[in-house]
Amino acid sequence: MIVVVDYGVGNLGSIVNMFKKVGAKAVASSDPAVIKDAEKLILPGVGAFDAAMRKFHETGLVPVVGELVLEKKIPVLGLCVGLQLMTKGSEEGREAGLGWFDAETIRFKFDDENAHLKVPHMGWNEAHIVREHPLVADWDPESRFYFVHSFHVVAKETDAVLAETDYGVKIHSILGRGNIMGTQFHPEKSHRFGMRLLKNFAENIR
Amino acid sequence: MIRPRVIPALLLRGQGLVKTVKFKEPKYLGDPINIVRIFNDKEVDELVLLDITATPEKRGPQFDLLKNIAGEAFIPLAYGGGIRSMDDVKKLLSIGIEKLIMNTSAMETPSLVREVADHAGSQAAVVSMDVKKGFLGKYEVFTHCGQKKTGLDPVKHAVEMEKMGAGEIIINSIDRDGTMQGYDVELVRKVADSVQVPVVACGGAGNLSHVSEVIKQGHASAAAAGSIFVFQGPLRGVLISYPTPKELKEFI
Repeated sequence: MIVVVDYGVGNLGSIVNMFKKVGAKAVASSDPAVIKDAEKLILPGVGAFDAAMRKFHETGLVPVVGELVLEKKIPVLGLCVGLQLMTKGSEEGREAGLGWFDAETIRFKFDDENAHLKVPHMGWNEAHIVREHPLVADWDPESRFYFVHSFHVVAKETDAVLAETDYGVKIHSILGRGNIMGTQFHPEKSHRFGMRLLKNFAENIR
Repeated sequence: MIRPRVIPALLLRGQGLVKTVKFKEPKYLGDPINIVRIFNDKEVDELVLLDITATPEKRGPQFDLLKNIAGEAFIPLAYGGGIRSMDDVKKLLSIGIEKLIMNTSAMETPSLVREVADHAGSQAAVVSMDVKKGFLGKYEVFTHCGQKKTGLDPVKHAVEMEKMGAGEIIINSIDRDGTMQGYDVELVRKVADSVQVPVVACGGAGNLSHVSEVIKQGHASAAAAGSIFVFQGPLRGVLISYPTPKELKEFI
């Protein structure tokens, strides 16, 4: 069973709907007992970094999820702000991140040529694979994904970067190291392209 | 790099989808679940779904129907109509709708916009306004599905809503709705140039050149349209369509 960690943030219905569509069992839950039984976890997230981090702490689920991910090495996929929470911290807020990736979440900084670009980065964009990984297997070169974010992740551990996206700057749009993975975009809202990625997470990742 | 979004806007009336002209003459299109499924298969950028009788009938969203619709749509889904409380908002988020569109309620209780933005992020808090041009060329915002005058200027309202935390603003021209004569580019530009957040133009699209025009000259971040995606030919026969990625790239 895949458990979508419900800490009060994010559009969990869509994620569960898409897993159902690809034939994987998934539930959204905030119950520590259910989460402890999970084979895999989804860490969702939308909105402001600090608000999400604080809500996650308030639920008391941070140590529960932390143990599963860091000690039991259960596969986890962070989505959007869920990925950002896995970094050391964000320029958007003061709260410390989980620090699962040697990465920071930073503001978009455009040069003059790209100064006209709007923030948030909202809409469909491509993700260019830079490293092969079971999460991005059977990749459709036409793949595009739905993004909506005002801050983005920069990984210092470059071998954790699986895909990059251009929006004035290079965004590290898919990260993966060991059992820890994340996407800056919303696969649950990205047609068959996002479905492929979630199916890969459900079937290829052990 | 991204291209501006092109969004089918669908109107829910009771259990069916309709298309109006100037907010009147609703023409029945079909079953919403079927039509949303077709749009999903055509891989649209996003869908806007508005329940146009919710507020006039003083009722909330049709959660069961929306749940069935959301189960078919693996695309960004925005819903508006009768959202009056955070309870409504939380229910909609939990069934898979991630953008909450507030129109009459944003006017009557602007604090709801702030609450939605605080709870789900500003990208989830969308304010829609229906605008009519008066005899002297002055624009005015209407609520209750175009039935009630507010005396409010759309630019002023948009700036206010952005301050309340709205992450996106939909400008719907009542005069252009269903006419297929082109967007009110002047109206859209006035609003888009006054706010930082993305503005979605709605009302009047008759072809993809109109869409391109409102993006390039109206400075809209996205364009929503009804008739061109649901009608075919001069007799307005119902046929669901959506441009291919190649066509969109060429026009926009």
